[in-house]
Amino acid sequence: MMQTLKRLLGPISSLRLTVICLAAALVLVFAGTIAQVRFGLFFVQEQYFQSWVVWWSPASGAYKIPVFPGGHLVGAVLLINLIAAHIQRFRWTWKKFGIQLTHLGLIIMLAGGLATDLFSVSSFMRLKEGETKNYSEDQARVELAVIDQTDPENLKVTAIPGEVISKGGTITSGDLPFTLAVRSYFRNSKLKMIGQETGASSVPAATNGTGQRVSLTSAPRATKMDERDIMSAVVEVTPAKGGKSLGTWLVSDALAVSQDLEIDGRKWSLQLRPARYYKPYSLTLKDFTHETYPGTMIPKNFSSKVDLTDAANKDTRQVLIYMNHPLRHMGDTYYQSGFEPDNSGTVLQVVRNPGYQAPYIACIIVSIGLIFQFTYHLIGFARRSKPTVKP
Amino acid sequence: MKRFVPYLVLLVAALWLGSSWITPKPKPGDFDLTSFGRIPVLVGGRIKPLDTVARNSLLIMRGKQSLRLPNGGGTMTATRWLADVLFNPTVADGYPVFAVANQEVLGMCGMPQEDKRYCTFAELKPSLEKIEQERKLADDVEATERTPFQTAILNLHNALIHYQQLKNSVHEEGTVDFGKEIETYAAAVASGAGSIQPGATPLPQDQLNLLKAAVSRYERQSRFSNMLAVAPKAGGSEGDWLSTGNALIRVDSPQTIPASVAALADMSDAFRADDKAKFVKVTKEYAGWLAVEHPEWTTRTSYEMRFNRMEPFYQSMVLYVGAFLLACGSWLVCPKGLRKTAFLLILLALLVHSFGMFSRMWLQGRPPVTNLYSSAIFVGWGAVVIGIVLERLFRDGIGIACSGLVGFITLIIAHHLGSSGDTLEMMQAVLDSNIWLATHVVVITAGYSAMFLAGFLAIAYVIIDMMPKTFDKQAGKTLARMVYGVVCFATLFSFVGTVLGGIWADQSWGRFWGWDPKENGALLIVLWCALILHARWGGFIRERGLMIMAIFGNAITAFSWFGVNMLGVGLHSYGFMDKAFPWLLGFVICQVLFMIKLSIRFPSKD
Repeated sequence: MMQTLKRLLGPISSLRLTVICLAAALVLVFAGTIAQVRFGLFFVQEQYFQSWVVWWSPASGAYKIPVFPGGHLVGAVLLINLIAAHIQRFRWTWKKFGIQLTHLGLIIMLAGGLATDLFSVSSFMRLKEGETKNYSEDQARVELAVIDQTDPENLKVTAIPGEVISKGGTITSGDLPFTLAVRSYFRNSKLKMIGQETGASSVPAATNGTGQRVSLTSAPRATKMDERDIMSAVVEVTPAKGGKSLGTWLVSDALAVSQDLEIDGRKWSLQLRPARYYKPYSLTLKDFTHETYPGTMIPKNFSSKVDLTDAANKDTRQVLIYMNHPLRHMGDTYYQSGFEPDNSGTVLQVVRNPGYQAPYIACIIVSIGLIFQFTYHLIGFARRSKPTVKP
Repeated sequence: MKRFVPYLVLLVAALWLGSSWITPKPKPGDFDLTSFGRIPVLVGGRIKPLDTVARNSLLIMRGKQSLRLPNGGGTMTATRWLADVLFNPTVADGYPVFAVANQEVLGMCGMPQEDKRYCTFAELKPSLEKIEQERKLADDVEATERTPFQTAILNLHNALIHYQQLKNSVHEEGTVDFGKEIETYAAAVASGAGSIQPGATPLPQDQLNLLKAAVSRYERQSRFSNMLAVAPKAGGSEGDWLSTGNALIRVDSPQTIPASVAALADMSDAFRADDKAKFVKVTKEYAGWLAVEHPEWTTRTSYEMRFNRMEPFYQSMVLYVGAFLLACGSWLVCPKGLRKTAFLLILLALLVHSFGMFSRMWLQGRPPVTNLYSSAIFVGWGAVVIGIVLERLFRDGIGIACSGLVGFITLIIAHHLGSSGDTLEMMQAVLDSNIWLATHVVVITAGYSAMFLAGFLAIAYVIIDMMPKTFDKQAGKTLARMVYGVVCFATLFSFVGTVLGGIWADQSWGRFWGWDPKENGALLIVLWCALILHARWGGFIRERGLMIMAIFGNAITAFSWFGVNMLGVGLHSYGFMDKAFPWLLGFVICQVLFMIKLSIRFPSKD
């Protein structure tokens, strides 16, 4: 039984496969680094590293052909290779102990990296001084917030994820007395005021709201670090019980204010906004400071003094978040990330990463393994060198 | 007798080093600027001696730390030049300190279109407006797309701004009698304060006008200059330093003029009056006052000035070349004697190198690697340390030759990286963490050291391979063992350094790994090391294969160290440096040539 298993493991645990994987990883990382000059980090990350296959397509985009294994594929094969090699070659000897330990650490690191890629969520929390928030916003995702304004004291929000809108079709919800039909959708777009900005077409994007004065055109995906996609969509509103369409509305990431509509005497508002993640606790910004070195503009430190209020866990305290000193609370980590241009507020990056401890554990194990192996060899090496010394 | 020759060489080298410790006497008939150069000021967030300010300014403007005067006028020290700039700007305007290396720029300023010319401020003055116009145009173009003309204009513009700021560091340009001016001003402030008391006679109009003019002048000076020259009283912190203008605005009577302002005013007036004795007296008194009020700062600045003058990295560079040549010579003639001398020299070189590196650490209060410049210094240092260990183990001169060469090359690189100004700059907020600088940065840089040493050992193998008569097969085997050992070392350091970097990134940016170019560069080294070791263990490569891969390690390490910074993208792209691209390319091509040379006879010899 064990023999059959070992024979099966042979090819997948081979050193040849390790070498091939390492070489492939080397080429992939190099190509992915150079490609960042043209396509930017986010695009490259998606296409090269967080993919199973790297595709190539001509400028026209008519077809695409696979050219190289992607990061996930190389990583997964390497992980399988490592585990298989471990099972097959594991032997309890001091000579191999360091190597075994090193590879065990690598398995943890690769697995942790995969988990992080799949499960970690990153978002931002912008706070002005004195402001309190119990949600963070995802800049890479959007949602269409449909808000029932009937009772101003108690707004009812229905959030439709951007992914649903991107699929098109008609969106219905039990909470809404109307349906939303997606008439057009753009991953990245340009909005221009008709008659005021050059290059604006004369066709209004929608029949109601801001869309009447704005033209909408598609734009290529953003590639630079300081640019991001502006998602836009045109939706048509029809009462759910049937009847005449109320017309179309333009919703876009670029429109900062919500647009109103009225159905059966009830007021509603529509806004496409960064997707929100609500927390069971809240943060209040007390003070933001931005220090520079004396006589210069070089930043010395940024820090945010926040009040954490968590009623459920009876955890209420003041925290100072600053460079290299994040706040960790209930699986979320808050980092000092940026600030408002006039220093009136802070931008905190919020990361939820269930696998964040994996690299720490892996690092310790691998370091012990490498140091052990290295010292073991060095001692042997020095011993062997001795006889060659001529007096 | 022969036994003592190596020690005699060591003694001569040590004497040469020692000679730089002696403080040079000022030229007869010129100012004694020893105490002047030591005076601490706060520039760029750091307290440094005027000597450093002077040297760095000349480096930025003309690429050298001293000034060569035209028509056989000899050389002028940076401090002497700075004294003119601060106190006697009209004279300073006549020194050729602006290096312009672009024919179009020179033509635009109405000068002969040479390849390179050192211009004086007076020559450039009529063209200032034109330069400003071109600068505005060039500013809108992205750094990667600028023409050589635009880059040259921006460089010249920066140098001009720097010079103008420097000229207004103590007082406004064109000030005649600063001592008297501030006394009159302080007296007017005091009587002005008295005049607003009930029943007092109001301040006469001319006094009022004088005050208004003075305050706006001081305000202008403090806005324009970036030097904070006024030290606080004992117990004050770095944040309490002021520009002379700001300090004067806070004055309310002649008694409250800060000691620094009064001293600088006396220096300025004595300098313009060419009163050498008084100048020395005033600088000495001021230095004495500073030593009493701020002993810690003055100790540092005195030390820094001595460090500047010694130029330890230049000295160790020379010694590395000596050690390298002697080690090479030892393979041809007199193996034992030359190797011994080479070994002693490289030890001395390492000592001087270490002195320089640890001095910088003490001055800055930081771990050894804080920017690209200091990384070059550390890479060389690390490689030499490993090389000396190898030499002790194998005693064949190869460790000395290779590490001497790596030490020399990295110090040359450092020298060129250091020409952009103060290399002891302040750390950006996110980098302000000594723990991570000491661990991640140092470990990863030590990985570079090991990679380069392995690569150069492999290049030595190429050379040995070309001379089969001089070296036997055993030499190749020994080298293979060295390279293998050093690659193991590089694997350990690169891997641990990379992971530590990931942990730092997780602490400060919220992600362990982000595929940023610098991170990828580090990963490339780790992958390459892993590839070498696994290929060796699997028997896919032998002695020659190991050497070929180790040589390519040089190219990968150079890409990771500098190449990724040239891409101009990512979070780590501190110091965009496109000028060095041809050098990097040349280096990589050389490595490939070495690899081809080795692979040609691949099957026959192994």
